[in-house]
Amino acid sequence: MSAAPVRAGDDTPLRLRVLRRLRRQPTAKGALVVLAAIVAFALVGPFLVPQNPYDLTAINVMDNRLPPGSKGMAGFTFWLGTDAQGRDLLSAILYGLRTSLFVGLAATAGALAVGVTVGLTAAQFGGRVDALLMRVVDFILGFPSILVALVLLASIGRGVDKVILAIVVVQWANYARLMRAAALVERRKEYIEAAVNQGLPTAYIMRAHLLPNSIGSVLVVATVSIAGAITLEATLSFLGVGVPVTEPSLGLLIANGFEFLLSGEYWISLFPGLALLALILSINVVGERLRRSFDSHRQ
Amino acid sequence: MSGTLLEVRGLRTVFHLADGAWAAVDGVDLEVARGEVLGLVGESGSGKTVTGFSIVGLVDPPGEVIAGEVRFAGEDLRRASGERLRQLRGDRIAMIFQDPLMTLNPVLTIGEQMAEAVLEHGGGDEAAALAMAAEALGRVGISSAAARLSQYPHEFSGGMRQRVAIATALLNKPDLIIADEPTTALDVTIQGQILFEMQKLARETGAALIWITHDLTVVAELADRVAVMYAGRIVEAGSVVDVLDGPRHPYTRGLLDSVPDEARRGERLPQIDGMAPRLDTRPAGCAFAPRCQRASKRCRAEDPPETVEAGRRFRCHHPLARGDAR
Repeated sequence: MSAAPVRAGDDTPLRLRVLRRLRRQPTAKGALVVLAAIVAFALVGPFLVPQNPYDLTAINVMDNRLPPGSKGMAGFTFWLGTDAQGRDLLSAILYGLRTSLFVGLAATAGALAVGVTVGLTAAQFGGRVDALLMRVVDFILGFPSILVALVLLASIGRGVDKVILAIVVVQWANYARLMRAAALVERRKEYIEAAVNQGLPTAYIMRAHLLPNSIGSVLVVATVSIAGAITLEATLSFLGVGVPVTEPSLGLLIANGFEFLLSGEYWISLFPGLALLALILSINVVGERLRRSFDSHRQ
Repeated sequence: MSGTLLEVRGLRTVFHLADGAWAAVDGVDLEVARGEVLGLVGESGSGKTVTGFSIVGLVDPPGEVIAGEVRFAGEDLRRASGERLRQLRGDRIAMIFQDPLMTLNPVLTIGEQMAEAVLEHGGGDEAAALAMAAEALGRVGISSAAARLSQYPHEFSGGMRQRVAIATALLNKPDLIIADEPTTALDVTIQGQILFEMQKLARETGAALIWITHDLTVVAELADRVAVMYAGRIVEAGSVVDVLDGPRHPYTRGLLDSVPDEARRGERLPQIDGMAPRLDTRPAGCAFAPRCQRASKRCRAEDPPETVEAGRRFRCHHPLARGDAR
């Protein structure tokens, strides 16, 4: 690790310093470029691709399971091949990336909001409130998240919103625990006491003083957790309880090609799989890098 | 501008530790009038800070105020609701903390932090609150105050931050200010300026001031009356002139002797032997007896009652004679 020590009296704002250090790492730099490219493709991809893979009039069943590079009936080349319904896989992957990223971000944001609120409340009020909330957290964390999500989705049905809900349910407890720990440390500091002494309302102190000073480490963990949320969504979709077939994510695309994998038609599962791998890996590397920069800054 | 503003009677604050409840404040009586400055003096661990926190109801577990009465402008603060106390704090009662480096939130600008107290206690709009904040900063000797408001705490030195804390306390023109060694970290010229400002403020606005300190020279400069605390009790109280010129309690005498002055240059400074007793090892009888040269058998067995005499009070079996110079 070549992170240079921060000079005393460096006036550069923290976020700029963290970004600067991030750019100094070749692996992290590469991952950041890949991640940026994936996000950009997911955003603009649907306007570039030759085919809307979910418009039934645009696909031709005659084009089914064509290997990468084949030319189809409509006259354009399927660079990554087609699936069993004759969909262009490149188009499907770009559409799938959108769904995966959206679910991952929305679920993380939701889990973060719930977890931070619960953790902050537990830290602020302590005593019974704290004990009760933290036992709920322990209870949730006691179950394997995939099991909870499966049971939940099996009972409420499929749908993008329901997958997001399921991921929020299994992930908020992590943030609650982290937030409580950070806020407990911060709450003992004297400026909080000074704020109490100013006669400021408790809710205001929590929001304006406690929250901004203790959320940093939780946010950094959240960036890594986006990858976890995306993986969980892909797993659920692969198992058939996730997103509906009309809005397939990468996980569902992988599941679609699964049955043809052993008959040599590798591309239907492989390319969505590689896209998922690149996405998760780049988020993890960037997130990990952020976490380390943040930790070394705190020391 | 007279009349008692704050009256404390029989205040007891204990700390619940693993082996029982120990009294950090053990039956303290205090009163401060409007426009008056009371110096609360004592060594570290004498209970002076806990007394300050007990008055405003800011004692956190394991500490607990278990007895006594705190009358502020006729209202018993010990019976007041949490909401009522919140309204009073930062508005009618201000407290300035000991540690200047820690009382400011690192992520908010000075202006935001100062304005929030004004806005919370009904001080109009934000522009007006910021103008008040700038004016208060000027009063504690911070130049280009308006520009300073948009800066963050890390852009201020320790002394500046403490002055910000003091300015914040003055913002809402409180009736009572409890200052816990606020000038300890400041250099002498700034300290002098702030003491002067505080004194002026007390005179002009009729605010009562409780100045908690271990520094008798500050008390001599600033206070009208002084109360000397030892082991959770007030061992001597009276006007500054009376107490500092003719202490009756041997502890006060000892404190006065350990102030360096010109006359004794080059000599070894007299000091009080031993340490202030810890919360859980307070002796029976007079708590000061083990360190006192005048202590007798009676002192070790019997707690001295309070003697009230000509406007002052003290707790000692063998008080120094009045006008006893040394």
